[in-house]
Amino acid sequence: MKLEGKRLIWQEYQKEIADDHYFYARSCIRQTFFPGAEAVFIKILKDELGKDIHDNKHHTSCTGIGYHSDVVPFDTTMTVIARQFALMTEAGYENYAASCITSFGLYTEVLETWNHFPETEAKIREYLFKATGREFNKPKNLAHASDIIYKFRHQIAAKGKFKLVDKDTGKPLKVVEHIGCHYSKMFPHKGIGGAEYPYVLSGMIEAWGGEVIDYPERRHCCGFGFRQYVVQANRGFSLSCSKKKFDSMEPYEPDMIITNCPGCPMFLDRWQYALSEMEGKTYGKNNHGIPVFTYEEVAGLIMGYDPWEIGLQVHQVSAEPVLDKIGIPYDPAQKFKGKNGKNLGMPESPSNLKFYAD
Amino acid sequence: MQDVRFFEGLKACINCGTCTAICPAAEFYNYDPRVIATTVQSQDDEKILELMSSDTIWYCGECMSCKTRCPRGNAPGLLIIALRSLSQDMGLFTKSEKGRQQLAVKRTIGDQILSTGYCVHPGSVDPDMHPEQGPVWEWELKNIDPLMKKLGANFNGDGPGALRKISQDDLDELKKIFEITGGQERYDKIEAFSKEKSIEMGMEFGTDTKSEYFKHVYTANNQKHNHR
Repeated sequence: MKLEGKRLIWQEYQKEIADDHYFYARSCIRQTFFPGAEAVFIKILKDELGKDIHDNKHHTSCTGIGYHSDVVPFDTTMTVIARQFALMTEAGYENYAASCITSFGLYTEVLETWNHFPETEAKIREYLFKATGREFNKPKNLAHASDIIYKFRHQIAAKGKFKLVDKDTGKPLKVVEHIGCHYSKMFPHKGIGGAEYPYVLSGMIEAWGGEVIDYPERRHCCGFGFRQYVVQANRGFSLSCSKKKFDSMEPYEPDMIITNCPGCPMFLDRWQYALSEMEGKTYGKNNHGIPVFTYEEVAGLIMGYDPWEIGLQVHQVSAEPVLDKIGIPYDPAQKFKGKNGKNLGMPESPSNLKFYAD
Repeated sequence: MQDVRFFEGLKACINCGTCTAICPAAEFYNYDPRVIATTVQSQDDEKILELMSSDTIWYCGECMSCKTRCPRGNAPGLLIIALRSLSQDMGLFTKSEKGRQQLAVKRTIGDQILSTGYCVHPGSVDPDMHPEQGPVWEWELKNIDPLMKKLGANFNGDGPGALRKISQDDLDELKKIFEITGGQERYDKIEAFSKEKSIEMGMEFGTDTKSEYFKHVYTANNQKHNHR
């Protein structure tokens, strides 16, 4: 399909994204593996864009991974989500911003379920009140945090110091965008651009000067599969899905991968390491792999934040090839140091997937 | 069959197989979501019971790609969620290798939700159980306090922030929700049915992730699940 056709399709799937005053719900996986990304999101919204965002200490996991690996029943998940809505209501907010894609998908599913089955909503309200004494309003606006960065992508580009452009040739970087399945596969109208041609990350890449790669397995799952990763015996499923994607994108020589789901960047990063150890296969140039980023990290790089302050050192695949290509300055000696240059030792070097300095 | 997911997930399947064509699990496992829809639609109790006792229902990754493409707007993935719920309530999950893994999911993700308030937490991603996480993750765990500080997290701290300690009051509310809504009952059933199975298999059951039965269900793979 020609690019113009895709643009027409995504234009059919637009969604309203609140302009300000967000209740932020953190993601279990993003906090664990990319805590710097959530810090960047808040910093950009508060300090760069002057927005009001509430970081609530009482909210918990939505239980999403438990729900989708089937140990947590739907009524329980719906009531935990109702509690998150109660915390939003009590804090005086109406716009819910989820960091997690699994959560975002579940919030959407729960609101749709209540819409179709009002008696279910009434039952959950009773459960919540009985368990906690809390009551809630449903959010007026529900967005994934990537929707919000998408909304302000042009302001970020205008304020930013860097673009996704090769400093030597002036050509755009070639970028793979990977959308978390639960962003819009279940409810296409709740995602920017729908499910087949989601535009949420493509819009950011274009606004920031990069070129989006269209490759055959673009929409394939990263392979998390919940129980298919959680249980060791099943991880071949997870690994195979990521491998299928890497093999499909490899001929297009991507400079980087950007993701909006918290789990996908971890899998696409770690499975490159696992494949390199298991089969000796590495992707990208010079056995360095294809660097994988969250959209918040990329926004942070555009803004000129220090790569080691936003957490790029906790990626297994080195980010440096992208930093060098764009011309983002960094101090290699500080990569594995703590605050104020404290020595934290070095990770072991993998057998095949090289660290950039190797 | 009162589960809302049966109403939302199945409206006169026309057996076109589009779900199977798009399904990542169908490509990896000997699995066909179209057959799931057909079997549920048949309302043949015997066949449905057989399905709930088999490995088959545990192959789906719940990515929900099937929902996007189905011309009828159905979602075999939603049917799977409903079938897995019933399989656990009835104790049928222990009859298959893949089903027995639910104890491992319960004792990792499940227990962690109630003890920490998180589905996943750095302390839970043990390099021994997750060798694929690689050397950077191992280094990160060794230096977790200074690194989290550098990256702006509030690791195990009070107040808001990434990886903050979730207060006992908040955990108590979560526990109460689980008790009232059937979450605790689901956990208890998984434990009880798994214990019966462990006795039948002559394995030490235990209460944590170190027991013989846990290790068995976490790692066992008879290599009969994939396409040949």
